[in-house]
This record gives sequence, structure tokens and C-alpha cells, in this order.
Amino acid sequence: MSATDLVAVVLLLLLAAYTCGGGADFGAGIWDLLAGGRYRGEGPRSLVDYAMAPVWEANNVWLVFVLVVTWTGFPVVFEAVMSTTWAAVVLAALGLVLRGAAFAVRKPSTGVVRRWRLGLVFGVASLLTPYFLGSVLGGVASGRVPPGNRQGDPVTSWLNPTSALFGMVGVVAAAFIGATFLVSDARRFGTPDLEIYFRRRSVASAGLLVLLMGVGLPVVHHDAKRLYDGLTAGWGLTFAVIAGVGLVATALLVNRNHLRGTRVLPTAAVAALVLAWGFAQRPFALPTSLTIDQAAGDPTTMRWLVGVIAVAVVLIGPALALLYRLDTTERLTADHDEDLVEAPAGTP
Amino acid sequence: MSLAPVLMEAPSQLLPAREQMAFTLMFHVILVPFGVALPFITLVMNFIGLRRGDRVAIQLARRWSAVMAIQFAVGAVTGTVISLEFGLLWPGLMGRYGDVVGLAFAIEGLAFFLEAILIAIYIYGWRRMTPRAHFLVGLPLPVIALVGAFSILSVNAWMNTPQGFTLDAQGNPTDVQVGKVLITPILVPQYLHMIAAAYMVAGFLVASVYAVGWLRGRRDRYHRLGFVVPFTVAAIVTPLQFMVGDALARTVFDDQPTKFAAMEIVWKTGTHQPEELYGRLRPDGSVAGGVSIPGLDSFLAGFSRDTKVDGLSATPARDRPTLRDANIAHFAFDTMVGIATLLLGLALWYAVAWVRRRDLPRARWFYRCAAVAGVLSVVALEAGWVTAEVGRQPWIVYEQMRVSAAVTDISAGPIWASFAVIVVVYALVAWAMVGILLRLKVRWRHEDADLVRPREEPPVPEAVSR
Repeated sequence: MSATDLVAVVLLLLLAAYTCGGGADFGAGIWDLLAGGRYRGEGPRSLVDYAMAPVWEANNVWLVFVLVVTWTGFPVVFEAVMSTTWAAVVLAALGLVLRGAAFAVRKPSTGVVRRWRLGLVFGVASLLTPYFLGSVLGGVASGRVPPGNRQGDPVTSWLNPTSALFGMVGVVAAAFIGATFLVSDARRFGTPDLEIYFRRRSVASAGLLVLLMGVGLPVVHHDAKRLYDGLTAGWGLTFAVIAGVGLVATALLVNRNHLRGTRVLPTAAVAALVLAWGFAQRPFALPTSLTIDQAAGDPTTMRWLVGVIAVAVVLIGPALALLYRLDTTERLTADHDEDLVEAPAGTP
Repeated sequence: MSLAPVLMEAPSQLLPAREQMAFTLMFHVILVPFGVALPFITLVMNFIGLRRGDRVAIQLARRWSAVMAIQFAVGAVTGTVISLEFGLLWPGLMGRYGDVVGLAFAIEGLAFFLEAILIAIYIYGWRRMTPRAHFLVGLPLPVIALVGAFSILSVNAWMNTPQGFTLDAQGNPTDVQVGKVLITPILVPQYLHMIAAAYMVAGFLVASVYAVGWLRGRRDRYHRLGFVVPFTVAAIVTPLQFMVGDALARTVFDDQPTKFAAMEIVWKTGTHQPEELYGRLRPDGSVAGGVSIPGLDSFLAGFSRDTKVDGLSATPARDRPTLRDANIAHFAFDTMVGIATLLLGLALWYAVAWVRRRDLPRARWFYRCAAVAGVLSVVALEAGWVTAEVGRQPWIVYEQMRVSAAVTDISAGPIWASFAVIVVVYALVAWAMVGILLRLKVRWRHEDADLVRPREEPPVPEAVSR
């Protein structure tokens, strides 16, 4: 395996990690949006806050890694995608900013109405980012992004059947991962009614995602024949099947109330979806005008990039494991919440 | 005025792209000191608290870490926006040079990731981790922040003094030498300059909050400690910053003579160049307004009034900053140096009081100055970056790639629109952020009221080790 192949696989895995990590976050935002009015939705809403807080930045840093590895390893791809699908990326970025801002200020906010309003921002943002990032990938996958500075159509490159499909898959996958994680979180925080609440939503979104995959095939067949061929043979097919099996298995486990494995399994299923796309469009970085090898940056840089990635795995792996462990064993708590409860009454 | 010839040759989307980049960078850089320097200051406070079993110090460290949390989250977002803007605004730069400079960003991504994880544990671990484990988790933060800042400054320094690659027949860079790209001639002074700036901003800004409290009569240990620790850090760094800044200016003189000419509005090459304090360069090369100190510019550049300083006119018009750019860079440079001089005076005042009486200055005026020092240091930080970036025009990579060659081919209209949306959204973000900080301030003042009367406070170690 050459350095270029390795970097390409790592890039795909980073994208998968962002789809899962960022997806869990945006998924929570979608459920926040659908939780209902300011008082009715307060239960699910506060669970979303509790569950997301300590791991939020870490989840979102995956995207920064995706960007950095793309422009370092495949600079021409970065130039092409960011210029041709400019409008979609701007809308995705808008979602990111709104989500981050709502997160940063909602946690310490009190007052149901204020939190509901910020939740609204969070929710809308959570639809924008997964949809438009998905649609960008759809544009790439269906061969609508040629190399160069805005050489493709600035509108139809992200507004087309494959992009719409990818965008919807992005949104539903986020909702699925978000709901599934929230089932475990609800158990962790001892709120059985919310456990049931999110269990239903997890199963429903898994079903919807499988349905989308089914409906998607003819769409892709019609719109991007090459991608269709990649998805129905070899590694593309293998990962698509893994994704489908993972989704069904997660739904069954959640439905039967077996929560062991319902963090790993949905993550694997959604990651397999991303890998299915990546392997289906091999050997192209930009179908069908630029192969991965043609897109690769300077060979010295590629070797160094592999080194940096290796260091990253060694350093970040343990730190991330520590974070998730501390988080899931409830040793991380938001400071201000308890302060509020514990503050002596009647202080001036 | 002088903008006309540039606009003629430059694509129309260049102006909104530059404005948007400037706006988002100027917003982001305000948050940077809270990630680079505040962890250190907070850990010092945390250490004092652990060492002396001091509840007040621990409480202050906790409060600062909560502020850090908010700033870090917003900084993570504005930083991600900048990463996206490299592609949204400057795809030409990244398409051609992405594989040359990208590696530094990869190191930054790594450092940022580690920092995000450790900050999250530090911020959320106050209550349920043991104090020692909690402190140890925070301990790598200042070092990681230095690594992250190194990467970003490495890229910027490379844009100022590019090297470590050769161009092939099509003008594409090949033979990347990673070491030479990462460490360019201007890197060391530029890096130290930014680190010192971050420590000054974080120190003066945090101290200014407690200076205001002091002026309003809250003269308790809580406010005293909250003032002393960050102010001392900033006061120690300020004189060092003068030396670093001086070294950086001389490196610019050596490696980017055109930028140096713009910063000092020197028009004609020659010896015995005067130092212009403010003032404005006119199209005929004369200087309007300001104060002129004969020979000082030559002296500062080479320790002798006989030092020859290149003028702007030595560079062809299309390869140098426009008159307007030069005047902006000069104004920003003088503002930065002016503010730094004031801050140096304040640091000296503090040092003299400490040496003579082992106590803080008593004068109200000292606290008034300290209260504005925070905002002034932010202005100086912004002014410094304006000097560096505007002074490099019209190049995005000095003498290698023009800004106009790097800009996206998306037309001006959509970019003006995205710029407008960003201004509105960032204004809302700033408003929400400041709002929440003010509310937290009020809430904390009530909650920490019992800590304020030190004599009633029994020495309780269990408050720390809950």
C-alpha cells in the first residue's frame, strides 16, 4: 500500500469519524428541534445538553482533520470541491457556526424560553450541516466536480438527485446515531421515560435509513451509473451490506432493550456507509476526471503526513479514550449546574 | 484614490474575499489568547490554590476555566470557519501550495484535538476528579497550546518568507523540504512575538475585570488575587515583548524590505531615514502630518544612522503595497508600538510599587489604567496582525503568489452575501457570548460572596477534595 493509498483511507476514516461524532451531535440537535414546544420539549432538551457537553469540541475537531488532510494530501481536490460547491459549503459552515454558538451559550443558560430559542437555532443548524455536507459528497460522487478553481457548475454540482440522496442520508444518519446514543444516555442519567422516547426514535430512524438506501439505488442508477456499479460490486457492496446489517441489528438490540453494543454498532453501521461510497468511487478522487494518484500531493509531504497521522493515533487515541471513559462513567460534570442547586438560598 | 489601478487588474471578488478573511481572522484572534495563555494563568492559580489550600484561588481558577470553556468553544467554531475559508476564498493558494504548507496545519489539528480533549476533562472534572489528577490533566495544556500556535505561525511565517520547494515548468511546487518549510527565517521572532502577545492580552484582559471591581470598592482577597496573578504574568512578559518585537522588525527589514518600507512609510531608498510617528504618505512620496524623528528609522534598522533603508519606490508599483495599504500598515504599526509603550509604563509602575513596598500600587489611576489595559492590548494585537498582513500585499505568498491569483472564481455578489451573513451571525455570537459572560459574572458574584470575607473562612481542605 503506497503512502497515497494510506492517506486516502485515513481521509475516508476521518470522514466516517466526523459523520459519527458530528452526527451524534447534529442528531441530538434534530431531536431537540422535534422535541416540541418550550415546556413539552424541556425533558429531551436537557438530556441532549447533558449528554453532549463534555465531548462536543472533540467530536467536531474531526472535520478540521478532514479539511487539513484533504488540502495537504490532495490539494487539487480541496481546490475543486471548495470552489465548485461553494454555496453548499457556505451553508454547511453557517450551520456549524450556529450550532457552536448555541452550544457555547446554552449550557450555562437558564430559563426555559431562552433555552428553547437557542435549541431552535441548534436544531436548524443540525439540519443544514449534515444535509449540505452530504450534498457536496453527492456532487463529487456523481462526477459533477472537475478539478480546478470553480470549473464545475456552482449550482447543479450540489443540487441534483445524488446530492439530494446523500444529503438526506446525512440527516437521517445523524438523527439515527443521535437517538441511539441518547437511549444509553437516558439510562445513564436514570430517566426511563426518555429512554423509551429515544428508543422509538432510534428504531424509526434506522428504518428510514434502510428505506433511503433502498430508494437510493434506483436514483443512483439513473443519475450516476458509475457509482451504482461501484456500490453493487466488490468492496462498495460489502460495506453497503455491513451498513444495512448494522442498522437492522442496532434497531433490534435497542428495541429489545439490550444497550450493550449500541454505541459501537451504530457507529460501525454509519461508518460503513461512508466507506461504501469511498470504495465505490475508487480509483477516482474526483470521478471521472482525476484519480487518487493524480490528485496526490508532493511525495515527501505524503510520507510526512503518514508520520503525523501515526503520531496522532498514538497521542490522541489514549486521550480520546480517557475522555469518553470519564464521560461515560460520569466523572465529568458541568460546573455551573450544580452550583445553581447548591448555592445557598438568600445570598445577596 | 490609489485603489483604482489595483481594482482594474484584480478580479472583483478580491475585495469581499479580503474583507471577509480580515473580519473572521480579527474576530478569531481575540479568542486565541484564551486558548494559548489563559490555561497557563489558570493553572498558576490552581497551583496556588492546591499548594496553600486556598479556597479563593481554587474558586478563581474554576471561574476562569468556565470562561475558557466558552471562549474555547467559540474559538473552535471560528477556527473551523477559517479552515473552510482557505478553500472558500483562497482555493488557488491551497490547490497549488496545500501540500507545501499543509503539514503544519496537520500538526495544529493534532495539537488542537489534544487541547480540546484535555480542556474538556479539565473544565468538567472540577467536582468529581481528585484535585491532583485534575491539576495533572491540565498541566500539558500550556505546552500543547504552544505547539498549536507554532504550527499556525509557521504557516504565516512561510507566507512571509517562503522557501523549501522548487517550481517545475508549470509553476507547481515540487521537491518539498519539510524542515525548511516549517522553519523559515522569520518564524522564531514572529512566533515569540505572538506568544508574548497572547500572554499579554490574556493577562491584561483578565486582570482588567478585577481592576474594575477594585475601582468599584470590592477590595477583598478574591479581587486582589484575581488581579495580581494575571497582571504579574502580563507585566513580566511586556518588557520581553519589546525585545522580541524589535528583533522581529529587524528581521522584516532584512527579509521583507518592502513591508518594512510600508510600515515606516519610507518612499525613497537612502541612509539617515527619519522615523515617522503616524503621518500619512502622499502620492508624491512626502509625508503629511505626524512627528518626524531624524535618522531614527535607519538607526533602529541597523544601529547606525548610516544604515541604508529601501524605500517603497524601489519596488515596482504592481509588486508593492498600494499607498492606501502602506498607510494602513503604518498606522497599525504605530498604534501597536504606541499601546505597547503605554503598557510597558504600566508594568514599570507595578514593578516599582512592588520593589519599594512589596504591595500593589495604591493610586486609583493605576487601576483605571489597568482597567483599560485589557482592551488596549487587544487593539495592539489586532494592529500587529493588520501590519503583518496588509504590509505583505499584494502577495499572499511573498513574491511567489499574488492574492488575486489565489482568490476563488466565485463572483463578487455571492461573496459579499456570505460576508454579510458572517458579519450578522458573528455579531449575534459576540452578543450572546458577552451576554452569557456578564450573566455568569453576576451569578458568580452572588455565589462567591461567602468567600469574600476571608476571616470567616476556616481552613477547609475538603472543599478542594470533594
